[in-house]
Amino acid sequence: MNGVLAILEYRGGWNRMSWEALAAGQALAAQLNQPLMAAVAGANLDEAMADLAAKPLARAFAVRHPLLGEYTADGFTAAFEQLIRALDPALALFPHTYQVRDFAPCLAMRFGQTLIADAIAIGVDSGQPVFVRQLLQGKLNADYRHAGAGPCFVSIQAGAFRADALAGEPSGARCAVEEFAPRIEASQIRSQPGERFRESAQTVDLSAASLIVAVGRGIKEQANLPVVEELARALGAELAASRPICDNGWLPMEGQVGSSGQTVSPKVYIAVGISGAIQHLVGMKGSKAIIAINKDESAPIFEVADYGIVGDLFEVAPALTAAVRKVKGG
Amino acid sequence: MKIIVAVKQVPSRDSAIRLDAAGKWLEERDLTFEINEPDAYALEEALLLKQKHGGEVIVLCAGPERAGQTIRETLAKGADRAIHILCDDLVRLDTLALARRLAAAAAAENADLILTGLQSDDLGLGLTGVVMAEILGMPHAAIVMQVEILDSSVRVKRELEDGWFQWVQMPMPALLTIQSGISPLRYATLMGIKKAKTKEVRRIAPEQLSPPEPPTIALQRVYLPPRKKKTQIITGAPAEAAAKLADVLKFEMRVL
Repeated sequence: MNGVLAILEYRGGWNRMSWEALAAGQALAAQLNQPLMAAVAGANLDEAMADLAAKPLARAFAVRHPLLGEYTADGFTAAFEQLIRALDPALALFPHTYQVRDFAPCLAMRFGQTLIADAIAIGVDSGQPVFVRQLLQGKLNADYRHAGAGPCFVSIQAGAFRADALAGEPSGARCAVEEFAPRIEASQIRSQPGERFRESAQTVDLSAASLIVAVGRGIKEQANLPVVEELARALGAELAASRPICDNGWLPMEGQVGSSGQTVSPKVYIAVGISGAIQHLVGMKGSKAIIAINKDESAPIFEVADYGIVGDLFEVAPALTAAVRKVKGG
Repeated sequence: MKIIVAVKQVPSRDSAIRLDAAGKWLEERDLTFEINEPDAYALEEALLLKQKHGGEVIVLCAGPERAGQTIRETLAKGADRAIHILCDDLVRLDTLALARRLAAAAAAENADLILTGLQSDDLGLGLTGVVMAEILGMPHAAIVMQVEILDSSVRVKRELEDGWFQWVQMPMPALLTIQSGISPLRYATLMGIKKAKTKEVRRIAPEQLSPPEPPTIALQRVYLPPRKKKTQIITGAPAEAAAKLADVLKFEMRVL
């Protein structure tokens, strides 16, 4: 077993998390003194391979087959299983995308391994990688080690590594792109995927907002929403929400910030009653300034906040509304 | 139609978190427990499918004695019976070993559908359902938002990133991992709670299901996340803290 293999995601365009996973792979390969490889699966990969050829890789693989044109768990698992058996890498690294969550657990299982999913950092201790994961919605961190005999499978959380940290080939040399033709039969693929679609045109474009007030579970019930609506009005801010609020139908789905909703980077993001589950944080941690109001001082939202008030939102939010009105009026 | 719902009991969201002496897990005495939230939505979906198509909903749960309380709650909501794999080694177990146990117990039932939440609120790996499907040789779909039954196949709406979706159809038996929020959760009725007491909960020892195997991943230690950012906590009574924050918004952030 040798080498770090990054399995990237391309569908007519790159999933940007691919580069973050590749940056993680580059750091790990350097620390372990092993070659870095990358692979991508699909039917039309010419542009993808042109991009990969310019990356600092020892080898790049186009896993090409007509049956890989549209993603299926069966097709991708079979294709990457064959590639990994052929290459025998020490590690297989993935971006923790929705697609990876659908097939990588199966792929690891085929090698008798458990995917170390959603890692946020990688260290090396006595020559062995140590993977940091979050537990209990980010309240705890945990160190994991691979203990199995086969390759180690790891997926990397969105935003955990910086894509721009990916060092280029200093010499400008291009890596060799290799073709890998997996054997896949149409009969192996049990699911039929349909077209991808969006539910509704996004009517609220939160990505352009400079001030956002976002509300979470702490609001308890729909009848309490005026507390944050008034705060947003006083500030002249857009109102957004974490997933549970939109799931309950209290605010429209378009107002959802997080991995399944919008990604925002306002000047100021005020999180009210939001604990800060990672699915939410990935959508807003790029904000210039973050203010958190939460009754639980150990809530992960305080990990990313610049300013925080630990207190009951039903007391703090109305007080802030009044204070903002006063400052604005004065 | 026979539906198995795999559920997990996890520390409740507002539990006080204290590490155990070995730094390997939590001090369990301080915790309260509840059903893993995505699993509650998987159960809800199973109950809705049963209302529409008839059949049976069987809850499958691996956990210690205390998980019995969560199992009773699922029966009170309307599940017909339950299988409790009685084990207290979940923290030391890797996903593979857990999925093997659950799959072995599920296999004996020959269900049409197996539903479970997309991930657990405690470990958050998001693997168990998908790995079970692989062990059982079933097609699967992860992160499902809607389920439609068509004769011998199932059509599901998968959630993708950034507000995108996709319908995927596959033959049954199949395994689906369910996203939170798929439909509003029901409450147990008084009648349901009463009936739950008479419903069957079959207990199985893990040794009857799969032989022990060495773990493939090891949780070495747990710890509080180091603070990356210096958060300035504004103290004082609500009005006082709010006034200080309004000043920050005006003079430092310049947004008022």
